Order: sequence, then structure tokens, then C-alpha cells
Amino acid sequence: MINKAMTEELELYLHIPFCLKKCSYCDFLSFQGNEAEREAYTEALLKEISAYKEFALEYEVTSVFLGGGTPSILNASQMERIMESLRQTFSIRKLGEITIEANPGTLNRDKLRAYRSMGINRLSMGLQSFKNEDLKCLGRIHTCEVFAENYEQARNAGFTNINIDLMSGIPYQTLQGWEENLRQAVKLAPEHISAYSLIIEEGTPFYRQKLTLPPEEEERAMYELTHNLLREHGYLQYEISNYAKPGYACRHNVGYWKRKNYLGLGLGAASLIREVRFSNTSDWTWYLEHSSDPWKIHSQTEALDEKKQMEEFMFLGLRLTEGIGRQDFIHAFHKNIEDVYKQPIDKYLSLGLLEAQNGRIFLTREGISLSNMVMSDFLL
Amino acid sequence: MAGIDQSKIRNFCIIAHIDHGKSTLADRIIEKTGLLTDREMQAQVLDNMDLERERGITIKAQTVRTVYKAEDGEEYIFNLIDTPGHVDFNYEVSRSLAACDGAILVVDAAQGIEAQTLANVYLALDHDLDVMPVINKIDLPSADPERVISEIEDVIGIEAEDAPLISAKMGTNVEAVLEKIVKKIPAPNGDPASPLQALIFDSVYDAYKGVIVFCRIKEGTVKKGTRILMMATQAVEEVVEVGYFGAGQFIPCEELSAGMVGYVTASIKNVKDTRVGDTITDADRPCEKPLPGYKKVNPMVYCGMYPADGAKYQDLRDALEKLQLNDASLQFEPETSVALGFGFRCGFLGLLHLEIIQERLEREYNLDLVTTAPGVIYKVYKTNGDVMELTNPSNLPDPSEIDYMEEPVVNAEIMVTTEFIGPIMDLCQERRGQYQGMEYMETTRALLKYVLPLNEIIYDFFDALKSRSRGYASFDYEMAGYQRSELVKLDILVNKEEVDALSFIVHGETAYERGRRMCEKLKEEIPRQLFEIPIQAAIGSKIIARETVKAMRKDVLAKCYGGDISRKRKLLEKQKEGKKRMRQVGNVEIPQKAFMSVLKLDDK
Repeated sequence: MINKAMTEELELYLHIPFCLKKCSYCDFLSFQGNEAEREAYTEALLKEISAYKEFALEYEVTSVFLGGGTPSILNASQMERIMESLRQTFSIRKLGEITIEANPGTLNRDKLRAYRSMGINRLSMGLQSFKNEDLKCLGRIHTCEVFAENYEQARNAGFTNINIDLMSGIPYQTLQGWEENLRQAVKLAPEHISAYSLIIEEGTPFYRQKLTLPPEEEERAMYELTHNLLREHGYLQYEISNYAKPGYACRHNVGYWKRKNYLGLGLGAASLIREVRFSNTSDWTWYLEHSSDPWKIHSQTEALDEKKQMEEFMFLGLRLTEGIGRQDFIHAFHKNIEDVYKQPIDKYLSLGLLEAQNGRIFLTREGISLSNMVMSDFLL
Repeated sequence: MAGIDQSKIRNFCIIAHIDHGKSTLADRIIEKTGLLTDREMQAQVLDNMDLERERGITIKAQTVRTVYKAEDGEEYIFNLIDTPGHVDFNYEVSRSLAACDGAILVVDAAQGIEAQTLANVYLALDHDLDVMPVINKIDLPSADPERVISEIEDVIGIEAEDAPLISAKMGTNVEAVLEKIVKKIPAPNGDPASPLQALIFDSVYDAYKGVIVFCRIKEGTVKKGTRILMMATQAVEEVVEVGYFGAGQFIPCEELSAGMVGYVTASIKNVKDTRVGDTITDADRPCEKPLPGYKKVNPMVYCGMYPADGAKYQDLRDALEKLQLNDASLQFEPETSVALGFGFRCGFLGLLHLEIIQERLEREYNLDLVTTAPGVIYKVYKTNGDVMELTNPSNLPDPSEIDYMEEPVVNAEIMVTTEFIGPIMDLCQERRGQYQGMEYMETTRALLKYVLPLNEIIYDFFDALKSRSRGYASFDYEMAGYQRSELVKLDILVNKEEVDALSFIVHGETAYERGRRMCEKLKEEIPRQLFEIPIQAAIGSKIIARETVKAMRKDVLAKCYGGDISRKRKLLEKQKEGKKRMRQVGNVEIPQKAFMSVLKLDDK
């Protein structure tokens, strides 16, 4: 065995590309699939996992994220085999964060218990809204009544770390409607709330429709309200769209912003390993055929040069409210951040979109709202 | 080549309104006279610039020599001199015509006579050319050759009864045209033994041969070794090669003598020495006087051209210099703009010429350009008695120093079907046109005559004309000097700062409307920024219009796609790319295309 001190930390992402129905705004890699396809996919995924046996020796897995699609669509036995295989292949840190994404309507008491017994300790529920008319508009399959039932079942099954996804900026939404959503969420007291705003992506049904979206000023107000209301209830914003009770930030996602190593498993999953980015193929047939040979399914491989690493360091790091540390920059690149980024830093400090404090540089409230503009100036 | 019988030569051109099939007929003539095999034959041989073929227009005159075996059993040499089809190149057309002895007039069997048909015919008659009508496009369902024939006879007053009815596209009846050329177009005359007198009707620059001069020998003979004198520019060179034109190639020969059309090379380095319309003679045995009709062509339309990337300034200069080698009418000189940095003020024959140069710079030289709104040359009469020719609005003196100003005007002829007379008269009225009269061509069509300020037609007049007549109106113009006019400089202020590259000269009466539309347009073009941006139009210190670009309030990618960073990166890169295409003016970033927005004020 390799000495433990020699291992690097690694996060694992597993992609389950199935959904009962695709939501109107979704441009993620997902499709309906039937039972036979789900089974075939599970088998292929197991093959891919075990193919990393050698590779896994050098790493200790600190978190696992089962994402999708809708991972909870798989039956308990399929999920069990996947988790079992992960544990056989990788050394997963004790008490490491293991998250599963679940959509209300695909959960039940037995499934939730099974997840717990597999060691899954964090549940991320795609609620989006407490209003059924919103859910219908978004093309979601569930109602908020189903969600409430599932939520209670999850608590009863022993989940003590639950996230709820909420979405603002949906068609016809008002500031008041959004506030009601937030208030209902905090009443349930989940440990974590992800509050996204709807983005109309090309190729989605929403893109082709003429939608009545809340005006920009109202959206901005919703965003401010989210921050303020959640803070009153003990949730701290730690990232552009994420809020958590102290100690409950999603470690896995924070790893993305801090550019930790992560390995993506499954169709289309993205990885960053030792400054090389790559993605698995999105071709279903190819994946099923070749998943036991990971090198055949990797695509878009790119070794990041120092310039790209710095750019990522900045635009990913700035997503976190704590921002980036000057020392961390020096540590990573052996030079002062000002040597590279003096101009944009000065510019946005003076415009009040960035703030510098205690050796850290971070976006102000205003800066968060205009973060794309700021971040794009950190591309070299 | 000596001993070519003058009576077996036919020098002619084809004239037509745009789209009536001039180039297609030229192709058929070349094809039928067997110069090219079908394989070599590419559609529209004479239009050899990519751009010409794409746009279906002729920019540079092209010339080709073919041999035709006529029904009488004799072989005839055809020199087909193609002429540019656009009013911008009117002078070139007139010089090309001067090189011919006759002209084939192509008229569309459905559309009949159009404004340019008339303009070209009159031009040809001015040069004493025998005009031989041909009715084209008889394959069209809407063709009405009988009507068109009587139209030609009534309106132009030339005999058209026996005009060949053809379809150049299908190749129908083209033989009849060839026979007509032999019978109707006169053979050239002139004495090969007289002192040399040759008309330059075009020139091109070739990297190996230097300038290649296209000429028509009127009198005398030229061969290798002749010391030639360009009479207007007084340049003297020794002839290196003479020859004639194959399709797309130069074929050297012994000598060119009176009546022939061909080329001359003499290691001339710059086309500026060989001006179209100039007369070549023998330096050692000069002719008495030059051929008539030479004039120096001056640019009519000016605009600023700037490299989008400031570092490409030198590249732009090199490219302009290279283009100028081939195009003596292109002028440029360096200028600077606060908003756009270093660039050039360029002069063109017209808006089409401008567009062509711009496209060639972008395509052939791979330059990304920012072009300012085109303008004309104004005459500024100052109170101190000085007269200033103004090509760049930024240079307009203080109003207190100006006595009055003049602007160039044109005589415009617009041919239109009667149902659209109203809308077209409205258009001319809006463009400050002075009505000169109207002639009915027949019961359904009329020729409207206006004096129009040049600056009102250089932008989008042609488009407006087409859209208001559903494509039926046609248009031709010629320069008609200068007229006094109440002109003002309209300044645009972005975030309270004047943007020099956006200033333009406009008539006092239309200033308010123009200013308002300009502000509206800029509001669309300028992306929102961190702060509110007022956009104002001003005359002097008086603000006449205002719009506001609201501050940007939200620009955030809320969701990040798991570990898929590439999408995030792409989005940011796109944004950064957008910023690169911006010009910083004060605190404000203005996209490059905003500088052209004045061009599109009439977009509705």
C-alpha cells in the first residue's frame, strides 16, 4: 500500500443522466431513458469506476457528489451497487461528504433509508418553488405537496444535512412571490439553500418561447432579498448562489471553486486532475461500449498552462464570498497577484465592485450582481 | 502580327442597366467565338475579381480579344471592352467607350429601358458610337420584346426593329448578335504610319510586370523599345512588351497599330503615372495634341478608416498603398481621432467604391476596420476670405469664422413606374431635392429629374428608393457642382464627452431629426455599463436630442454547471471578446459598429 501521506485529495462526481421528464429550462445532459437503459448505464458506470483502480491508489476521496439528471431515479439496488463499487475502488475519507441530488416525486421512505445505509449523508432536493403554478411553468413533475412529504421522510430517515434548490426570476414571478418562497423554505429549516436565478439557455424550450420574465430591477431586488432574509434566519452566503447554516457549506462544490482535483464519472462528466481538464464523452453508445477503458472516453482534454490556471483561480475564486487570498495566489504561482492583475483589481476596487481586506480580495454586493463583467477582465 | 486588316477588326463594348445581362452576354460571345473551351469557361469570365462575381457587378473594366469566323467566311477580330456598370465609375465608363467604335445595348425584355440604360446610351452617342440594340431575357415569362422595341425607338430614337431577340442565359440566338457585330459595328480607322496616339482606358498593377496599361491605338504603331510619353503626367518610359487580351491572360505580340486594342508594359511602378483617359504618344515623334476628354478624377466621398486593433495601423497603410497601385482614384492620408486613434481619411469615387475598398481590405488583407460615416467635400467660405475644402467634419472651423458653406449637388434621373411617382417624390423632398421636371416615357413610366445634395444620396438613398418603389425605380446621377446651403455640424456627446468620430455635417432643417435618430440608434448600440450614460446630439453648445443608456444592474451567472468550467470560461471569453471590440471614450465603452450607425438611420 502507498503511504497515506503520499496521497492527494480528490473529489468524485458521478453523473446520472436520466430524468422522468426534462424541465423547460434545462440544458444539462439528461434524458428520459427506460429501465433497460438505466440498468445498462449502471453497468457501464460500474465498469468505469473499477477501471480507476490503479489511479485511485494515489488519492483520498474527500467528497462524492451524485448528480444529474436525477440520480434518485435509479432504484435502490442500482445505487447500492454504484456505492459499493466506489468504496471498493477508492479510499473514501471517513465522514466525507456524500451528496445525492433528488427530485421530489422520485423519492420514498425506503429509498431514503437505503441511501442512508449506503453512507450517503447529504441530500440535495430540487424543489425550485413552493408554488405549484411555478412548478408547472418550469415543467417540473412534482407538486410542493409531494416535496413536503419527501422532505419529512428524509428527515425521518435520518438526513441531517439537506439542501433545497430554489429558483428566482421565473416567468410571472413577483418579488412578493419570491419572498413567500424564501419564508416557506426557512420555516422548514434545511441546512443549506441554493438560490439560483433562471437563465434562459439556448436549445431549451424556454429559449424558443416568448416569456414574461421579471424585469431586471425586480430580479436584482429578489437577489438582495435572498441575501438579507436568509441572513436573518442564520444562513450565510458563501457563494454567488449558495447559502448555508454555519458549517454546512457544500464542501464538494467549494472544491470546484478552489480548484481541487476532481474526477467525473459517467456520461459527459467533467474532471480536473493535476491541472488537466477533460470531459467524458457525451455519446451514449460510445460510453456504454468503452467505459471500461477511461482513456477512450475522455475528450476535450486540455492541460492548463499557467495563464489559464491563473484565470481560473480568479474567476472561480471570486465566486466565493470569501474571495481569493493573496497568499494562496503566491503559493500557487510564486508571484504577487498585483504582478499579474494590478490593472483590473485597481479598476474594480475603485468602482466599488471589489473589496480588499485582511489579505483577501472579494466581490462586493454590487460586484456579485455584475460578476461576469468583473471576472471577464481577469482573463489574460 | 503585322498586317492585320483594319477592316476585320471590331472594337465594341456592351452597355446595359444593372442586371440586364451584360456580363452574361459577354460570356456567350466569348464562348461562341471559341476562345475558351467549356471547361475553362467559368460563369462571367470578365468579372474576374471574386468580389465582382459575388456581387454581380463589374468594377474594373475588362477587355478580351476573340476571333469570329463570320458567315461571309472571313475571320474577324473582336475586341470586347467591358465597362463598369456603376455610376461611381462613370468616368471610367466614358473612357472605355472612347476606346470603342460601337456599342451593343442590352435591354431586358421584361423591364425595358431603365435610368442607366438611358445614361449609358447618351454617353455612347456622345462618343459617336454606333449603338446596336439587343433584347435579352426573352425566355422570361414576362418578356414583352415588342413593347421594349418600340420603347427603344420612341425613347432613345434609334432603330430597333431588327434587334436580335436573345436569351444570353440560355444561349438563344447569340449567333445573330455576332453577325450583327460584323455588319453594324464600323471597323476602326487611323493610320499606322502616323505619330502614335493611344488612349489609356484602364491600367492594372502586376507584381512582375509593373503597371500594365490598357489602350486603344488611334493612330500610329507601338512596339517593344518605343519610348512612350504619357501626355498628362509627362512620364516617359521605354516599352517592354505589347500584346492583347486573352481571357484572363495577357498574350504578347510584335506590335499594336492603329485600330487595335491591347496592352503596353514599361516597368512603370505606379498606376498614378498612367491615368485613365490620358494619351500615350511616341516621345521621339509625338503627336500634335492629346485625345480629348481627359480629366483627373477626384474622390467624391470621404470617410475615416481605422484599424480595429490600433497595432495594425502600419498594416492598414501597407494595404492601402497596395490597393492604390491598382486604383489611382483611391486617396488616403493619415488622420487621428480622439475616439479611434490613428487611421486614415480616405477618398472614394462613391459609396460603392468605398464599400469595395473596405471589403477588399477586410478580405484580402485580413484587416478588421472601423469606418466612420462617409461624407462629401464641403466648401467653407471663411469670413477672412479663405475657402476651405472640408473632408473631415471635425475640422470645421468655429461658426464665427464661417461666412457660408457650399455642398456638392447632383443631377439625378429616376425612372419609375407611375404608381410610385408619389412616394419617390416624397423621398426626394425629404432628401432636399429640387424638382426639375418629369417626362413620361410611355403611359406607365416616367423619368423624374431632381437636383439632389450629394450628401443626401451617399448613405442609403438607393435602398430607400428600392424599398419605396418595391424595386421598380432605377437611378442615375451626375455631378452638378456646388450650391450654397445652410449646413451645421452635428456633434454627438456620449456621457457628456464629444466623440469626434461621430460628428457629421447635416443641413440645418434635418439636424433635429437626424440628431434624434442618431441618439436612438446609439442607445441600441451602446451596451449598458456600470453607470447611466447620457447620449446627446448638439449643434454648437445647444443640445437638440437626448437618450439615456440605463446602468447595468445585473450580470451574473447564477448557476455553475457542476465541474464543467469550460462553459463558464466560454461565457467570460465571449464577454471579453465583446470588450475588445469596444472603443474607450472617456469612461464609456462604445462598440465599433456604433461608429457606422449614422449610416443606418433610415432603417425602419
